[in-house]
Amino acid sequence: MLAYALRRLLLAIPLLIGITFISFLVIHLAPGEPVELATGDLGIQSSAQAKQMLRELYGLDRPLHEQYWNWLTRLARLDFGRSFAPDGRPVLQKIGERLPVTLVLNIIEMLIIVALAVPIGVFSATRQYSLFDKITTVFVFVGFATPDFWLALLLMILFGAQLGWLPISGLRSLNWEYLSFWRQQLDLLSHLVLPILVATFGGLAGFSRYMRQSMLEVVRQEYIQAARAKGLAERVVIGKHALRNAMLPIVTILGLSLPGLIGGSVIVESIFAIPGMGQLMVQAVFERDYPVIMGNLVVVSTLTLVANLIADLAYSVVDPRIRVSGRRR
Amino acid sequence: MKAAATALTALGLLLVLAGCGRNVESAREETVARGADRPAYGDTFIEALLGNVSSLIPNIVSDSASFDVAGLMYSGLVMRDGNLNIVGELAEGWTFSRDCLTLTFRLKENVTWHDGHPFTADDVVFTYETMINPKTPTSYREDFYAVESVTTVDPHTVRVRYKRPYAKALQSWGVWMLPRHLLERYVREGRIREAPQNWRAPIGTGPYRFHELRAGEKIVLVANPDYFDGRPHISRVVFRIIPSQATIFLELKAKGIDAAGLTALQFKRQTDYPAFRKAYNKFRYPANAYTYLGFNLKDPRFADRRVRQAFAHAINKWELIDGVLLGFGREATGPYKPGTWAYNGKVKRYAHDYEEAQKLLAAAGWRQRNAQGILVKDGRPFTFELLTNQGNEERKKVAEIVQASLKQLGVVVEIRTIEWAAFLKEYIKKRRFEAIILGWGIGQDPDQYEIWHSSKTGPDDLNHTSYANPEVDDLLERGRASCLQEERVKHYHRLQEVLAEEQPIVFLYFRDALPVVSSRVRGIVPAPNGIRYNFPTWYVPKGLHRYTAG
Repeated sequence: MLAYALRRLLLAIPLLIGITFISFLVIHLAPGEPVELATGDLGIQSSAQAKQMLRELYGLDRPLHEQYWNWLTRLARLDFGRSFAPDGRPVLQKIGERLPVTLVLNIIEMLIIVALAVPIGVFSATRQYSLFDKITTVFVFVGFATPDFWLALLLMILFGAQLGWLPISGLRSLNWEYLSFWRQQLDLLSHLVLPILVATFGGLAGFSRYMRQSMLEVVRQEYIQAARAKGLAERVVIGKHALRNAMLPIVTILGLSLPGLIGGSVIVESIFAIPGMGQLMVQAVFERDYPVIMGNLVVVSTLTLVANLIADLAYSVVDPRIRVSGRRR
Repeated sequence: MKAAATALTALGLLLVLAGCGRNVESAREETVARGADRPAYGDTFIEALLGNVSSLIPNIVSDSASFDVAGLMYSGLVMRDGNLNIVGELAEGWTFSRDCLTLTFRLKENVTWHDGHPFTADDVVFTYETMINPKTPTSYREDFYAVESVTTVDPHTVRVRYKRPYAKALQSWGVWMLPRHLLERYVREGRIREAPQNWRAPIGTGPYRFHELRAGEKIVLVANPDYFDGRPHISRVVFRIIPSQATIFLELKAKGIDAAGLTALQFKRQTDYPAFRKAYNKFRYPANAYTYLGFNLKDPRFADRRVRQAFAHAINKWELIDGVLLGFGREATGPYKPGTWAYNGKVKRYAHDYEEAQKLLAAAGWRQRNAQGILVKDGRPFTFELLTNQGNEERKKVAEIVQASLKQLGVVVEIRTIEWAAFLKEYIKKRRFEAIILGWGIGQDPDQYEIWHSSKTGPDDLNHTSYANPEVDDLLERGRASCLQEERVKHYHRLQEVLAEEQPIVFLYFRDALPVVSSRVRGIVPAPNGIRYNFPTWYVPKGLHRYTAG
């Protein structure tokens, strides 16, 4: 098992280099260059010399392969470089201050989704075509079809502007620093309620659907019939025998959604003015802030590879068959 | 029955309570109106920034969010007052030699940096050295190319020598002053962006001091009690970063922020209800930007002045202002804003007149029409592509109205919108366009050498339309070569006459800026320079304070 994990990790290195190389090329292919924005293009002030000077400062006057090599060798020493933005701060620092918010937001969201989607899926599968199943089906399609930003604005108008129960946007109240510790947490939480609600709504729809489908397939299997024939209680049949098998595909999908935990949701973060990873990345793309874009990509793709590995390992935990065959090999 | 009665009583009680609340409110307002409306210290002013702040040393940035914040923390030697006149800020006064080559500033003596260090002439020299240092990533270096030397005469007198007369000499000293004692090392090593003053600890001489910054979330400034012009009234300014226009508007309605710039639609329709009118004061003044229809003058069809004039006749500017801006704009007749000293109102105007337009086109050889009614010359129909950038609804609407107007003349326009960065790099810089709808932001000084001079047509230069006119070149050169307004105004008035006659671009309109500010804030005096210029003297009367802070 350990050897397997190690081998996977080693294989990930060339994969990572490949990912960064292609990303680097693609980003530089996008028209426009960072110096435009840094010199405030279309203002009368900016001049050709100023732009040329910035190109040299950022090393953008070098050939592309040289730029990539420089970036890669610095990365090997874990130096992600400095942002092209006028703050010129280290990329890692910029990512570091954004990551916690996005992680907290997305982990809470993911936990809620799993906690709700699994029972919903199981119930609607075991009572297929019942009223509950029909209601959840409608709910799911509404969830799929509702645009995030629209739902967000409606909730903000209702709970923020009209009722005044929840803050409209941001992460903390103005008087945050004067609050007691627990009040501070409560304040943070109240700011996160609407974003989490919006993010959960769309995700819940998909997950509960996967769960339902997976469960439907499992309950048709012969071993379930066998379990029932043995005279086991329905609760045990579904809760123990069926559920464990039905969870397998869900684990895969969960594993695949892990990178999303770090990537952050651009729409939710922008509308609710939450300073997370999604905002950072989008802004970096608009400003053609190459070091930040690449830093972000490295972090996200590393975590994706790790997440895939974890998903595979988790597989062997929930599915003893995989574990056995692994040992035999 | 009984339940209903209880409910009714409860409702009655609520109404009474609500009534009480209103009484208290109006009583408070009366006291304010009766003379309690005196300047007071305190309260917090909350602003929304659409973009992230990218740096806290304004000399090296160019985004408006950073300027808004830094503008309150730093000061220059001179500034513009409400009427756009140059007045002293850190400078007590100044003298220009008769030949415009020597400029001497006398500095105010009671000025200190936010860390207590005295501000002296040496800091002025340092700021100059920073701006001309090739390692400083600034876009404002051009202002200092004409400077020969900057020297200190005594700790409170600075002498600037120019190699040649430079019109923007005085204005250029509005540049934000930087502290030598903190930044010198970083500037010398070309690492000014890495200085702590650029992010965690900015030090200026302005009315507000830095207090706190949370990346992507907010920036908090507090009043500087030692400000040389007197402590500002509002104690605390919070800039909240809210990247969504819709969210800003909702926050405004919920009183989560105290000021915002609105769109014409929001200004006219969506805020036109009593509660909003009571909570906010609305302001309106022409913004420093105009929108235009530009041509690629290398295209033989547009190189003919009569074609451009015909288009000017065909486009109804007031229809644009009403249709696109709901009336919140002013007709542009040239590149200067009405009401500024360089503006010349007596230039040729193009009345909305299709017949006149047709005559001009006919004179240019566009006489025949083909089966579809399109004008034809030498067998080629008059069709062209009109480009503008994606995501700007206003420009798209302008393009559509232009399209409809020109269709009446028998000219077919195809509109295409392109993502901003690609638009600049692939189309504007490479001059791969026939016509464009774009805007120019204009500076405080009338020098527009970069936009109209025939030497400025390189790929990184700003004369996108490739306009070249020897008279205009000459006027631009002479306009920037004098430091005397009465001398310069002649050249700029003539420049506008030539541009109006030639129509190298069709000047469309100046949009109005439409800000709203919480009505509890007093002391706002709208002027040609907008409303922000006197922010340190804004105040909230004692009884109306909303936040308790410092």
